[in-house]
Amino acid sequence: MAIFLDKNSKVIVQGITGREGAFHTQRMLAYGTKIVGGVTPGKGGTTIESGQPVFDTVRDAVDATGATHSIIFVPPFAGADALWEAHDAGIMLAVCITEGIPAHDMLRVVNTTPGMRIIGGNCPGLISPGKSLVGIMPSHIFKEGNVGMISRSGTLTYEIVDGLTRAGFGQSTCVGIGGDPIIGTTFVDCLRAFANDAETAAIVVAGEIGGSDEEDAAAFIKDHIPDKPVVGFIGGRSAPEGKRLGHAGAIISGNTGTPESKVKAFAAAGVPVADRPSEIPRLLAERMRPVPA
Amino acid sequence: MKLMEYQGKDLFRRVGIPTPEGVFATTADNVKSYLAAHPGSWVLKSQVLMGGRGKAGGIKFADDAQQGEMLARELIGKLLQSIQNPAGEHVKSLLVEEKVDIASEAYVSIAIDRAAKKPIVMVSRFGGMDVEEVAAKNPDDIKKYWVDPAAGYSPFMGRLLAFRAQLPDGYRKAFPSVLGALYTLFMDYGATLVEINPLVLTKDGRVIASDAKVELDDSGLYKHPDIAAWNTAAPADEDQAAAVAIGLGMSNYARFPDEPGKPAKTVGTIANGAGLGMGTMDAIGNAGGGAANFLDIGGGAQADLVKKSYKLVTSDERVKAMFINIFGGITRGDQVAKGIVEALAGDDVRKVPLVVRLTGTNAEEGRAILDRAGFVPVETMDEGAARAVALANGSN
Repeated sequence: MAIFLDKNSKVIVQGITGREGAFHTQRMLAYGTKIVGGVTPGKGGTTIESGQPVFDTVRDAVDATGATHSIIFVPPFAGADALWEAHDAGIMLAVCITEGIPAHDMLRVVNTTPGMRIIGGNCPGLISPGKSLVGIMPSHIFKEGNVGMISRSGTLTYEIVDGLTRAGFGQSTCVGIGGDPIIGTTFVDCLRAFANDAETAAIVVAGEIGGSDEEDAAAFIKDHIPDKPVVGFIGGRSAPEGKRLGHAGAIISGNTGTPESKVKAFAAAGVPVADRPSEIPRLLAERMRPVPA
Repeated sequence: MKLMEYQGKDLFRRVGIPTPEGVFATTADNVKSYLAAHPGSWVLKSQVLMGGRGKAGGIKFADDAQQGEMLARELIGKLLQSIQNPAGEHVKSLLVEEKVDIASEAYVSIAIDRAAKKPIVMVSRFGGMDVEEVAAKNPDDIKKYWVDPAAGYSPFMGRLLAFRAQLPDGYRKAFPSVLGALYTLFMDYGATLVEINPLVLTKDGRVIASDAKVELDDSGLYKHPDIAAWNTAAPADEDQAAAVAIGLGMSNYARFPDEPGKPAKTVGTIANGAGLGMGTMDAIGNAGGGAANFLDIGGGAQADLVKKSYKLVTSDERVKAMFINIFGGITRGDQVAKGIVEALAGDDVRKVPLVVRLTGTNAEEGRAILDRAGFVPVETMDEGAARAVALANGSN
């Protein structure tokens, strides 16, 4: 079943005729994602080269196609508006790829869109390998399997997934939650879904320094996931205090966001933390059997 | 973007938060003429972004124009250093303010709570101290409230917090409106942190913001061009300025100072993506070396940006070897390799031994291109880190 996304999920692309939107629409279609159409205001009634219809509004797209999922490629200033439009039209899950949406726009959006799950912004999206890709990840490194994967970053996710796939661990679903100060779906939201997913046998949580996402995740694992092995990773452990590293949240300030605090929290939840990404498959193997290819 | 105190107070006044009487000054003459025209007791506060300004000697008191001028001469240009900021920061300007008779000092702040996805208000009757210390020693002395941004602020929240935090009676009337104004500032200006520490109750019964700490979300600055312009006027972090100058995001480059007892920071790093960038510097550490920097070159890795990034990293004289770590992803490895070779073909860059880790689509073709050009291509991050550390240490 995977989480958030399966092979029958009907997906629209907001910003389907833009450069990024058009490019990734073709990649997602090639992977088998059921892209049923897209939205570009002013281009309603046309179709893109591969045949999918373009609509003027998300309401028109949902009415005509029955889409439940949306992926958003719009400029930062239009990000909040695109999410509100998706919510208004009854979209259940929106993946927001856009980087640079003001934090206060997201603050308002996440508190005014009940019933719609938002992934991101500033994230690589969502993939349930072998079923569907609603994101910009390089799909060839993924393999269908039973390891759930959650990460705050993009390329580090690819690094870890590549290692998992090479070691024979396929993935049920992989979620890049994004590195912005306010995001729609947190580690805990993903863990709750993985805990209830019959197809997920183990979980990898790839965090980084800064904030308290990892501590929150560890507390949830301790109380609610007694029966599935979880392996952790924390990027930026060698960073000195006070340096902001790429992501808005990746900064150690005082006693907040230190790797020690995160490792300790994971340890208290019985979660081993890999010192390097290449150790993750071994830590998983010690706790579960790889599914034969 | 972090604001200086005088800038934060400018925003305070725009939303109606009372601040002390005073003037912003960039020269000792400014201070002298202001104090001559306004006799009384004044505080000279160094305008810097670093914490621990008072302990570093950045705050002085003056009772007349002559004393004010002398102290201003001493402060302007001075290098302030504190435990939080050992590198220090030069004082370029002062805020001259009335010296108020303090009856009580409270703490109030609003920040973004990422886990709750809501603004969090924190109030304590112990103002004037480091709030982290209060939080560590007596967490119950800090009272919290999460505002629902859909409903917004209402004065009962201020009353509730004032009672819970046991603020002295003198605060009670003014506090709900001060907090309301602070919330307006937080939301309207896209702040990630607004803090008044201390919020002073004076002996004559006024409630005044004695200090102002404001941090604005860079992504939202385009909505306030007048404030965005302050950024260029303020002394930004050198690394951030260097990153922006070559077209990277402000926080995509950071140098790491040498730390006693740890390996010398001799390996420069470049990676695509913030997470991989952090993983790359960790890998250098795991291999027994010291990463001199973090650099996230972003997606695509265009040849021109590779060259500029390489130049930036090698401008740090400590760098003896370079590790470029690219996870190909959607980008093709052969294109990335060509970009690196072209970028570093000229004589206008300081050459150091270069290890390139390249994986993803067409990675083998890419590694062949790098090999022919005399660089060291590797397949895994761990292997690349080990090679780069060895090269920085002078071995092959």
